[in-house]
Amino acid sequence: MKKHISQRIGFGVLWLCMAATLFFLGSIIYFIVVRGAGALSWQFLTDVPRRSMTAGGVAPAIAGTLYLTMGALAFALPLGIACAIYLNEYSPKGSVVNIIRMSINNLAGVPSVVFGLFGLALFVKFFKFGVSILSGSLTLGILVLPLIISAAQEALMAVPQSLREASLALGATHWQTIKRIVLPNALPGILTGAILSIGRIAGETAPILFTAATFYNRGFPKSIFDEAMALPYHIYALMTEGTHPDKQTAIAYGCALILLLLVLAISASAIIIRQRQRRYHA
Amino acid sequence: MREKIKAKMEARDINFYYGAVRALKNINMSITGNTVTAIIGPSGCGKSTFIRLLNRMHELVPGARVEGRVYLDGKDILDPAIDAADVRRIVGMVFQKPNPFPKTIFENISYGLTVNNVRDKDYIEAKVVESLKKAALWDEVKDRLKDNALRLSGGQQQRLCIARCLAVGPEVLLFDEPCASLDPISTGKIEELMLELKKNYTIVIVTHNMQQAARVSDTTGFFLLGELIEFGKTQDIFTAPKNKQTEAYITGRFG
Repeated sequence: MKKHISQRIGFGVLWLCMAATLFFLGSIIYFIVVRGAGALSWQFLTDVPRRSMTAGGVAPAIAGTLYLTMGALAFALPLGIACAIYLNEYSPKGSVVNIIRMSINNLAGVPSVVFGLFGLALFVKFFKFGVSILSGSLTLGILVLPLIISAAQEALMAVPQSLREASLALGATHWQTIKRIVLPNALPGILTGAILSIGRIAGETAPILFTAATFYNRGFPKSIFDEAMALPYHIYALMTEGTHPDKQTAIAYGCALILLLLVLAISASAIIIRQRQRRYHA
Repeated sequence: MREKIKAKMEARDINFYYGAVRALKNINMSITGNTVTAIIGPSGCGKSTFIRLLNRMHELVPGARVEGRVYLDGKDILDPAIDAADVRRIVGMVFQKPNPFPKTIFENISYGLTVNNVRDKDYIEAKVVESLKKAALWDEVKDRLKDNALRLSGGQQQRLCIARCLAVGPEVLLFDEPCASLDPISTGKIEELMLELKKNYTIVIVTHNMQQAARVSDTTGFFLLGELIEFGKTQDIFTAPKNKQTEAYITGRFG
């Protein structure tokens, strides 16, 4: 009898922990939706901010976040995948590779504001890209590189060795084997890494603070050398600057809701692509 | 480099090391064309190591090192100047566990051709049909070449792997315990197939199953702890082994 009681207590504690997590997750979504839904309108999505950020819309910030996210992915995805392929498929196994792998993982733990300073020094000043979408994308790209590399490495490692052997035994070269067997089979896993990194990039504020973001833009950025508004930074600006906190807070929640929906939408499309890939390969 | 060697393949003074561990000791073996050579012995005695050496698959293992020569039609295939991919086209391999690609049946077979720069679609199609027929799989899959190969049964998958191998046009086929994961009926089909393929190919098979070795092979080699203890006609090995250890193994006293 006693062991059943202890089992019940055990399960009870586990259930409570799960319930608490769900509660916090649910309340985040609840608050953002309830407070942000009022601000949403067609104008909010398509117009530029007006009357010192107390009216109008946040379209330039949405566009800026999209540009920065796409830019960062365009830079970090190919680089990260290539890096993972080299580490996993080409480099001789041993202590050097282990050290590299460890450094990459440590890089993932560096505070994002440090990446922001680094981006300022390297891209904005040294390469003279200025405070621009380009500088911000590159900084964000470097921030998520470790995430992408380790996800891609896991995906590559999950491809059965027997498939590599089968390909090589048919007279395929190492490179053909990677291109035609290993990569297609690792793609769903790599895409998962990309999905995770989208959430990270779109929400980051600190790395773009000095490299890309601006408080306020009358219109949309015209090239990658322009500065841009971005949703997370716009929320920060609305909450800390300006003269109408009440109106600005409502807009800030609206921005938060859009950011949430944006990340959700991008993730959902990536998941659909991944499922298609998986169906084909399973 | 060519020497006068009559055998299709010949291993000379092979020593093989995994790091500091010596896995093969002074192996000499001569494999005659259009025969089946069986390699038997207990687990971990270097059988798979030896067979993987014959098409340089051992190079995939980090820290593996080999001394000696392996001749294919009189040419040393361990020569670093020779491309391993070229060797593997001529010396094909079928593995212990069926390992079809997660692609269609058709693509599984055409893969070996396309990686070797065959572009002619009609030729590829003809080769796919021919290879499936040779591997005695055509009748079972002719209506579903576009199906994913992973939907086939284990035995069918293994015959698909054989067909895939044949499409590239090899001369020697290496089988590394091809029936280890198959049921008796599928095993029977593979054995039948091997006897058929012997007419056009030279076959080397590693097996744990002594009855299988007796059924399919012309020549048998017995490995023990990295050494080739006895090598000769299958009939002789199984009826009148010269070596006491061979006798002990085939009569089931160890292994």
